[in-house]
Amino acid sequence: MQQNTHTDFEVRSLDAMCVNESRLQHKWYYNIKYLVLGVLFGIVFIKSEVVSWFRIQEMFRMQSFHMYGIIGSAVVVGMISVWLIKKFNIKTIHGEEIVFHPKKFNKGQIYGGLIFGLGWAITGACPGPIFAQIGTGATVIGITLLSAIAGTWVYGFLRDKLPH
Amino acid sequence: MDFLLQPWPWYVAGPLIGLTVPALLIMGNKSFGISSSLRHICASCMPANIPFFKYEWKKEIWNLFFVFGIFLGGVIAINLLANPNPIEVNPKLAAELATYGITNYNSLIPEDLMNWQSLFSLRGLMVMIGGGFLVGFGTRYAGGCTSGHAIMGLSNLQLPSLIATMSFMIGGFIMANLILPFILSL
Repeated sequence: MQQNTHTDFEVRSLDAMCVNESRLQHKWYYNIKYLVLGVLFGIVFIKSEVVSWFRIQEMFRMQSFHMYGIIGSAVVVGMISVWLIKKFNIKTIHGEEIVFHPKKFNKGQIYGGLIFGLGWAITGACPGPIFAQIGTGATVIGITLLSAIAGTWVYGFLRDKLPH
Repeated sequence: MDFLLQPWPWYVAGPLIGLTVPALLIMGNKSFGISSSLRHICASCMPANIPFFKYEWKKEIWNLFFVFGIFLGGVIAINLLANPNPIEVNPKLAAELATYGITNYNSLIPEDLMNWQSLFSLRGLMVMIGGGFLVGFGTRYAGGCTSGHAIMGLSNLQLPSLIATMSFMIGGFIMANLILPFILSL
């Protein structure tokens, strides 16, 4: 059991996306605030047409500034926010210190990144927009989502054999 | 109200998306990242004794609430705030897509390409199943997607995220310009 726990830690530490630093235990309904934030986020996705397959095609054909403007301004606002949080040592609403995770480089970021880029340009959706697309009534995208889940599973299955 | 119904310009939408980063951090120390949700679904439904899916996924359940919210946001936006006009795209793109029989701009996705009938054609299969698989496999291999690397990672000045983001873009350019025309002409 000890060893299992250890493996779990190592696997998770390589995947910085999947780290939850909060040590606080909350009831399930505390998660409703993330649902509300998701709803707002989904509305912005639709209204800005970020989830539009056509907009993604325009981006990769360099025919529109729209997507570059969105990603660029989102990053600038994110950077300023992170800088402010660090500078003023801003805490969470529960009074916890906010923790950032340095990411380690591995070759997966190149190989996986290229593979994801190929898929992004075909489906016109990254993992977030897929959920919003389904919400707009494009039920067939549910199949794309299932396929993406299958892709994640196959990655987990092959993980040890892939170059990182 | 009229403004709400129009497509929102990038300088409104981009900063709002960027604000998700501090919102998640301040709400509960969560790093912005959406593709992890796919991993949590695997871990909760079919871990199959694979070490990569053996972790305490219940601790990350906020992520599933978040993506369910994105789905609901799609439902709300399309029913209450829908843009009454067809999607406007660059005329060069429209001309190119027309040569592949894609002329319907009523939805955010190309209905001529992505629908239940075409799911069983070679073209539809490659686009919807093949594309989805690459998205799921690639994001996890890269350790994140546009939200985790391009937005959260770059916001925190992480070099690996810059490398990942550049790889996303290179993959996208190759697919959209070199491979997708072939798939669409099937």
